[in-house]
Amino acid sequence: MSPFLFSLGCRMRLLEHQGKELFVQYGIPTPKSALATSLTGVEKLSTKFEYPLILKSQVAVGGRGKAGGIVRCNTPIEAGSKFRELVNKRIKGELPRSIMIEQSVDIKQEIYISLFLNRGRRIYSLICSAEGGVDIESVKNKLIIDVPTSGVSLSLATETASKLGLQGRTAESFNSFVINLSKLVFEKDAELAEINPAVVLQDASLMALDAKVIIDDNAMFRHPELKKYQYMSETEKQAKEGGFSFVELDGNIAIIGNGAGLVMSTLDMVSDQGGKAGCFLDFGGGATAETIYESLKIISKITKIRAILINLFGGIVKTNVVAEGILRAYRESIIEVPTFARISGAEANQAKKMLKDSKAKIYDTVEQAIQGVLAELSKKEEIYGKSV
Amino acid sequence: MASQFDLMDILVGQETDKNFRRKPVIVQGMTGSFGSVHTRLMKEYGTNVVAGVTPGKGGQEFDGIPVYDGMSEAVKRTGAFISSIFVPASNFLRAATEALDNGIKLLVAIPEHVPIIDSLKLLEYARLKNARIIGPNTPGIIVPEVTKIGIMPAEPFRTGNVVLLSRSGTLMYELAHSLSKANFGQKICLGIGGDPVNGTNLIECFEMIRGIDDAECIVVVGEIGGDAEELLAEYIMETSYPKPVIGYIAGRSAPKEKRMGHAGAIVYGSYGSADSKMASFFKADVPVAKTPSEVPILLSQRLKK
Repeated sequence: MSPFLFSLGCRMRLLEHQGKELFVQYGIPTPKSALATSLTGVEKLSTKFEYPLILKSQVAVGGRGKAGGIVRCNTPIEAGSKFRELVNKRIKGELPRSIMIEQSVDIKQEIYISLFLNRGRRIYSLICSAEGGVDIESVKNKLIIDVPTSGVSLSLATETASKLGLQGRTAESFNSFVINLSKLVFEKDAELAEINPAVVLQDASLMALDAKVIIDDNAMFRHPELKKYQYMSETEKQAKEGGFSFVELDGNIAIIGNGAGLVMSTLDMVSDQGGKAGCFLDFGGGATAETIYESLKIISKITKIRAILINLFGGIVKTNVVAEGILRAYRESIIEVPTFARISGAEANQAKKMLKDSKAKIYDTVEQAIQGVLAELSKKEEIYGKSV
Repeated sequence: MASQFDLMDILVGQETDKNFRRKPVIVQGMTGSFGSVHTRLMKEYGTNVVAGVTPGKGGQEFDGIPVYDGMSEAVKRTGAFISSIFVPASNFLRAATEALDNGIKLLVAIPEHVPIIDSLKLLEYARLKNARIIGPNTPGIIVPEVTKIGIMPAEPFRTGNVVLLSRSGTLMYELAHSLSKANFGQKICLGIGGDPVNGTNLIECFEMIRGIDDAECIVVVGEIGGDAEELLAEYIMETSYPKPVIGYIAGRSAPKEKRMGHAGAIVYGSYGSADSKMASFFKADVPVAKTPSEVPILLSQRLKK
């Protein structure tokens, strides 16, 4: 197990151009660049650059270069045609949100720099290498240095530069790079800030050619300035507003519960029995008629869902209240598909009675509820064929 | 590694203590909607809640419990070493620092969504102050039938000799339920928290309970993300840990690079995957249950050996 593989606990991975905006704010030089969203835009903008220039797909996924998301263009005509290709090209399933035009630069040397949360060791780690690399795992001769929450000091930076064998202007430039990067990380609550590569230019100074920044979204309450970088699908937005954790998956069974661990565990059991989860929804601690109703509303937006599995645990949960939420969702035709619920808690008998004539069934154990779901789905398969 | 920290002594005490089984507990954020509900439930359970702290509400009472403006007064008046925090994540670091500044030795940090950097800053400070943080994003700690410091429901827990450690809240309740049903009561159940950074990690928990003589065995409820379980497995092997351990890992079927509810539950490549965790546990001779209800079965098999 590689100890420095990082955990990126959140969704807020900035696009390259957003990361570079932060770099510029923190005094980390980046090449001249512009953003284009349309062909006329790119034609107009590209006249302001010297050739060759680079077009870069703005997607929030790793391995972008290998997947063909970065292309070099030698002429304006090439820039136009490559732009058209890139705009429609999915990089690991993701379409670009814009295309970045960047001035190409002459490179003497590549350096890898990253500062990230090393969760196993509960400390930030600075990783540097004077040899560059495609990704963190392939970087050779890397230095790994502990960084306290007070940030990278000048002496730590100087020491690191000398260990990397950097000298003169490059060493000075490196110092300001890592000190500024550390300011960015601790002031903006980044879980990761990676410059790969930082390049040594002909004048021996450093420049950041790429930017990968991940913000801890739990810290967003103190960063209104970063709100503009937050990107969510409509369903995700709704789930977040409701205070739910939501992940869309490939299958057809919606899995809902009160607690992330419990829902994950239910997912595992469904998959062990041959079922396929279509989404993961954790509505957190308190289960009220309202939270159940709201979570069913979110589920109703996902058309592939054929059955709903609810797993609720807790002595505080009143099952008749949960039943009320389910009934309301059926009454208002928010949901049509059947619900299978394991609800442990008070008033279970009353809940069962309430749901007797509805499309919802209550079970005492999650194993039984899962059997119920799977039996229902296989019944549908018999009638309508596999596609259901 | 703070092996000197005697968890049971702080939570329960010795028979000769004046406060044996009645260790005083402060609730920071007692008058908030969340804090007040759980203060009542803790009190009902028998926890000796002696004071609440809410800035600006000093002098009031809640359910007969005095409320103070700050930790300094609350600690002075009660002599408590334990505090539980129920404030919003945005106020968490300030409240927690205040607790440590006033001599709190065991801090149960309930809030979810605490920024990681705040957790790290607190951890750095706790090391200086020789204090222990449980959480954040934890359901808390329960010593069944003695004291409950946190938000867990009381019903699933029975007193006994199993130690239950969990990264997940509801799975801790679910597992306690399974164990209790099979007549495996619990010595102590502790949620380490669902965040990427835990104030007390699994290895530190193992160190803290090493010396509890009547703790017969340990059940560890892990989940995907990070390498806490892998590091624990190495520790179990390196120290030839003296008590039997049973594992359960949630998230085997979770997709990669998706955060599954908990901030910490996310897989990158093979890092943090359930496969890696299960393999590490098996290597350390720790059986891993496939479902929560299988845990007591594996446990009785292990104890028969």
